[in-house]
Amino acid sequence: MIEIGLGHYLSLGAIVFFLGVIGIFLNRKNVIVILMSIELILLAVNINLISFSIFSGDIVGQIFTMLILTVAAAEAAIGLAIIVIYYRNKGSIRVEDIHGMKG
Amino acid sequence: MLAHSIFFYFFSIIAIFSSLMVITSRNTVNSVFFLILDFISVGCLFIMVGAEFLGMIILIVYVGAVAVLFLFVVMMLNVAEQKQSWFIGKKSTHIPIGLIVSVLILLELLVVVGGWKYKDDLMSSNTLYISDISNTHQLGLVMYTDYILYFQLSGVILLLSMIGAILLTFRQRKGVKKQSYFNQISRNPSSSIELREVKSNEGVKIDD
Repeated sequence: MIEIGLGHYLSLGAIVFFLGVIGIFLNRKNVIVILMSIELILLAVNINLISFSIFSGDIVGQIFTMLILTVAAAEAAIGLAIIVIYYRNKGSIRVEDIHGMKG
Repeated sequence: MLAHSIFFYFFSIIAIFSSLMVITSRNTVNSVFFLILDFISVGCLFIMVGAEFLGMIILIVYVGAVAVLFLFVVMMLNVAEQKQSWFIGKKSTHIPIGLIVSVLILLELLVVVGGWKYKDDLMSSNTLYISDISNTHQLGLVMYTDYILYFQLSGVILLLSMIGAILLTFRQRKGVKKQSYFNQISRNPSSSIELREVKSNEGVKIDD
């Protein structure tokens, strides 16, 4: 309880990952919340990488965390641009209303 | 060690609570606020565990740029009126399957964590790697030498995403008068002044 080890950080990452996946599946509102859930999942991956990097004394995990940060920022920018043009064309970004591909 | 555990539980409880609120909040603006809180608390955890540079980057890039971008889009799109809870409205068939899949993922991750628990050579916080050079110095030593290719490639990814976002949201508006510097500069008095005979009761047509 007092001793904080690698397992504690991995559990935190697992719980945040789980909440992100639940947010993707259970979302009934709009697509922006799905993008936020993807950000949560990437954050959980970052927690895992950094805790392994710290607890095993290898700096390379933090390099990969920076690459994940870059890709997450790019993904957020592109996704939000797509949402903006979708809203401009269709007038709604509710998840139920997006069925153009009959999926 | 006591301070480490107190801070760990404090920040991680805030992180879990706020990520729960991100996916359950009825108002999208509130979701973005809780996302910002989540990023801040995880950034504090990173700083506490010894990855200061990445903690600061999380604070600057995520809170300062990405979350504010989300906030801009949420406020621009007027989605506040679409607030609706999960289980109201049309019957949805994907909710139970989604619950099962997410719980399975959580169980698998916890099994992995529990397996680590009984591994003998698992490092604890007593054996934290203490170096005499700072975290940022260490990162710089590795990033600009061994991983320079990945560093450059991430720059290319950022450039591509910037061009893509601009191209996607760019639109040419019809009927808006724009200033044309080239035409303005290249005109001279002989081409822009014209003398005309104005007939009475007919006027003169001016092309614009």
